[in-house]
Amino acid sequence: MTENILEVNDLKINFHTDNGAVQAIRDIYFNLEKGETLALVGESGSGKSVTTRTIMGLLAKNAEIERGSIQFKGKELIDLPENEFRSIRGSEIAMIFQDPMTSLDPTMKIGQQIAEPLIKHQGMGKKEAWDKALDMMNLVGIPNAKAHINDYPHQFSGGMRQRIVIAIALIDNPEVLIADEPTTALDVTIQAQILDLMKKIQRELGTSIIFITHDLGVVAGMADRVAVMYAGQIVEVGTIDEIYGFPQHPYTWGLLNSMPTTQTNKGSLEAIPGTPPDLLNPPVGDAFAPRNKYALAIDEKKQPPYFQLSPTHFAATWLLDEHAPEVVPPLTVQQRWAKYKQAHPEADKKQAKPVDASAILSR
Amino acid sequence: MAELNQVSAADFELLPNDRKRNDETIEKPSLSFAQDAWRRLKKNKGAFVSLWIIIAIFLGAFLSVPYANTTTTSKQNVMQQNLPPRIPGNIPGFRGEQKIDGEKFNAYERANVKKGETHIFGTDQFGRDIFKRVLYGTRISLEVALIAALIDLVFGVSYGLISGWKGGRVDMVMQRIVEIVSSVPNLVVFVLLILIMKPGLFSIALGISLTSWTSMARLVRADVLSLKEQDFISAARTLGTSPIKTGLRHLVPNVSSTIIVQLMFTIPSAIFFEALLSFIGIGIPVPMASLGTLLNDGQTAFQFYPYQLVFPAIVMSVLMIAFNLLADGLRDAFDPRTRD
Amino acid sequence: MSGMVKYVLKRLGIILLTLIIIISITFFLMKLMPGSPLANAERLSDTQRQVIEAQYGLDKPLIVQYWNYLVNALQFNFGNSFQFQNQPVSTLIAQRIGPSAQLGIQALVFGIVAGIGLGAAAAVHRNTKTDTFLSILAVLGVSIPSFVFAALLQYYVGLKLNWLPIAGWEGFKFTILPTIALGMQPMATAARFIRTEMVDVMGSDYIELARAKGLSSNDIVWRHTLRNSLIPLVTLIGPMAVNLMTGSVVIEKIFAIPGIGGQFVSSILTNDYPLIMGTTIVYSMMLMVVLLITDILYGLIDPRIRLAN
Repeated sequence: MTENILEVNDLKINFHTDNGAVQAIRDIYFNLEKGETLALVGESGSGKSVTTRTIMGLLAKNAEIERGSIQFKGKELIDLPENEFRSIRGSEIAMIFQDPMTSLDPTMKIGQQIAEPLIKHQGMGKKEAWDKALDMMNLVGIPNAKAHINDYPHQFSGGMRQRIVIAIALIDNPEVLIADEPTTALDVTIQAQILDLMKKIQRELGTSIIFITHDLGVVAGMADRVAVMYAGQIVEVGTIDEIYGFPQHPYTWGLLNSMPTTQTNKGSLEAIPGTPPDLLNPPVGDAFAPRNKYALAIDEKKQPPYFQLSPTHFAATWLLDEHAPEVVPPLTVQQRWAKYKQAHPEADKKQAKPVDASAILSR
Repeated sequence: MAELNQVSAADFELLPNDRKRNDETIEKPSLSFAQDAWRRLKKNKGAFVSLWIIIAIFLGAFLSVPYANTTTTSKQNVMQQNLPPRIPGNIPGFRGEQKIDGEKFNAYERANVKKGETHIFGTDQFGRDIFKRVLYGTRISLEVALIAALIDLVFGVSYGLISGWKGGRVDMVMQRIVEIVSSVPNLVVFVLLILIMKPGLFSIALGISLTSWTSMARLVRADVLSLKEQDFISAARTLGTSPIKTGLRHLVPNVSSTIIVQLMFTIPSAIFFEALLSFIGIGIPVPMASLGTLLNDGQTAFQFYPYQLVFPAIVMSVLMIAFNLLADGLRDAFDPRTRD
Repeated sequence: MSGMVKYVLKRLGIILLTLIIIISITFFLMKLMPGSPLANAERLSDTQRQVIEAQYGLDKPLIVQYWNYLVNALQFNFGNSFQFQNQPVSTLIAQRIGPSAQLGIQALVFGIVAGIGLGAAAAVHRNTKTDTFLSILAVLGVSIPSFVFAALLQYYVGLKLNWLPIAGWEGFKFTILPTIALGMQPMATAARFIRTEMVDVMGSDYIELARAKGLSSNDIVWRHTLRNSLIPLVTLIGPMAVNLMTGSVVIEKIFAIPGIGGQFVSSILTNDYPLIMGTTIVYSMMLMVVLLITDILYGLIDPRIRLAN
């Protein structure tokens, strides 16, 4: 039995703006197991980054956590005093940022930047910390690290800088690593290198990773489980096989359908029409309904509960309700279903039962 | 899940795909750039109040020509020297009382001033009414600053436009010139000019703008350089629009916010510089007077008659603060980065 | 390093060129001046005038005069003053440059140090009452002319409270009020600049990363934010120096400081052309040297520029 290193329970976060409160996160539940990689997938503004900023305790001042809890190894992170949070941040939970071109201090030697968490958290001496930093630079694959430890960020390429950012995150051997779109700003070839590096690190260090991305394609080789976010909610969560092979939420369909694969038929690539809702006044029912080709009347009145399809697979859509009509998903999704059913004959969406959201956490 | 039971079967019908969706509506009303900037300027209380203060000072200074002009402000009256401020009514500080060597007395009575006659800012050592002189001095200061700003506008903007638009060698030479001009202290440039030109409104304004145009030219050039690369300019060029037309049609409107903001900074610095020149005695010549002249007069008498410095100093400072706040406000209002 | 030497040499070349241009302009402007530079010219006999003209080299062709002036000026030899008993201009300037330089440097240091402190405080407490208060202070500092400050300080601190001397230049005590009056504007400018810059930096990704490292807010402010905000402040020193030079002329007058500013003003008022020209050239030279030093400094402290050349 695996243990949960992180549990997010009924989290609700509002941002206070001049125009009113933006409901950025609306009642989300998820867990992260030791050693696994969980991908948070969604468009920009869906709440992925806010979620991870909350876990890091780095929310903007105008954010208010209305309710909910985040348990890290059994310890409540919400309302944790800043000085206690500081000892967790960067040492037990670390983060990799999106843009390596801007996330390094331009006027500080990279050796110092990598060693800083060790000096601050463990009170390590400069020499020892720099030695560790050098080891870490070698581990993340910076060639000729010794010669470059005194260099400044602008002397490195984007890919190398992202390796440095990863080195900073890993230097204090964190148990949870949050990677916020770590490859979005990079060239495709460099992207693959960075993803390989992260997999290698997870193998070697056993770090649990929350991997944030808007690109389901990147997720495929990386994640064990996927949570799809839309308008501040998790609309579907499951293992990588379940999300790719047996997706249930029309938004997940849309994401998969807009993602090119080797099997994609010509012309079948389809974008999701419309834009996400304004979270100042979120819609009453299912937030995705206005953009949904398969919307039911009830979607505009009432939010769907989570329907459980397997111990690990949950989807919040009325289409799984027993009263719901049979709909025909997009062709690519039909193909995925067919393939999945060959491998998992027991899979049947008719058996989905509405459950309380907290069921996501109890495995 | 009890509430689920209240759901009827009709709820589970598919919605038609051509149903009305409201997801494409843009909730914010659409505003033009100028309207948007104006809206944001109004939200900035300091800048908005400053705008009204500036308008008020302008009106006061320019509508008072019949009341406060070269003739009325240079009328001397030895009998009414150094009268402290008095206004009708009995307001502390404005009773015309004065204290010298511990003895308090009413200066108006001692000078045998007619009962109804008052000087709300008092009089100076020649018995001239300071209120009139402040109105007049403000007008002269504003005139100098406006002329300087106008020269900046015409010369600095065209210099920057040409330098940025032509690019290459022309740009390089023009920028070298800007560099050289701006590495000479402005006071020095001014002094050299004033040696060959007779001091006067225009020559002083010219002297001031002789150095200040460089910052305008630099900013406009930088804007043009970045605009030049943008698609709508390339499109205009490709379509064969003449360079002058392109410049006037497309460049100037897009650079206008930079120009307006820079002008708003030029005006107070011109007011300041003119005051400084008049203060050291090489500015506006008598019988004209600017705020700087008044400050200089006031400073010499400050020890005994502080009000002679205080009133011009307040007007000068308020004017400077208002212009600076307005300029800051405009810069923020025009800057798309601060848009909410 | 050779890149740096090359750059400095190039800049020195430009400075020399600018100086030659300024010297030439001043020279020809002087020649355009109406009237004779000689005092009481109309009372002199023709012989006397010729003797004096020969003494000043005024009898030679214009181009020769120009060449002589240029060569002499570049060696700090600006001829003799008209008003001060024909003393050499260079001596007059040398005698008085000390107080001016001291005042200027003190005001610059005071302004920048105090400005950094106030700006950093405003940025750290941004959008609070402290910030609003400091912003108002900064707007006042930028807007209110230094000579108004000077008069107020002189009156209240000097005369009313009798804490500090109000005029003269006989020791450090005498320098305090003029330094504050002159340093007010650089202080306000620096404070505004540092606040904006720090708020900008605080929103940057690398500060977010520093926070994600678990650094304390003190560490973040001192080690990352302030450091990155201070570098561009160097570019402001040049323009500040220009303003200080201009401002010092007035401050020297108000506080009766025996500096070149006050002397410059009196030379303008008395048409003492050699002194005007000499001071003009010295002022320009000082400013260009300051600009050069700040440029070199900028290159030295910013690793991006330091390593680029």
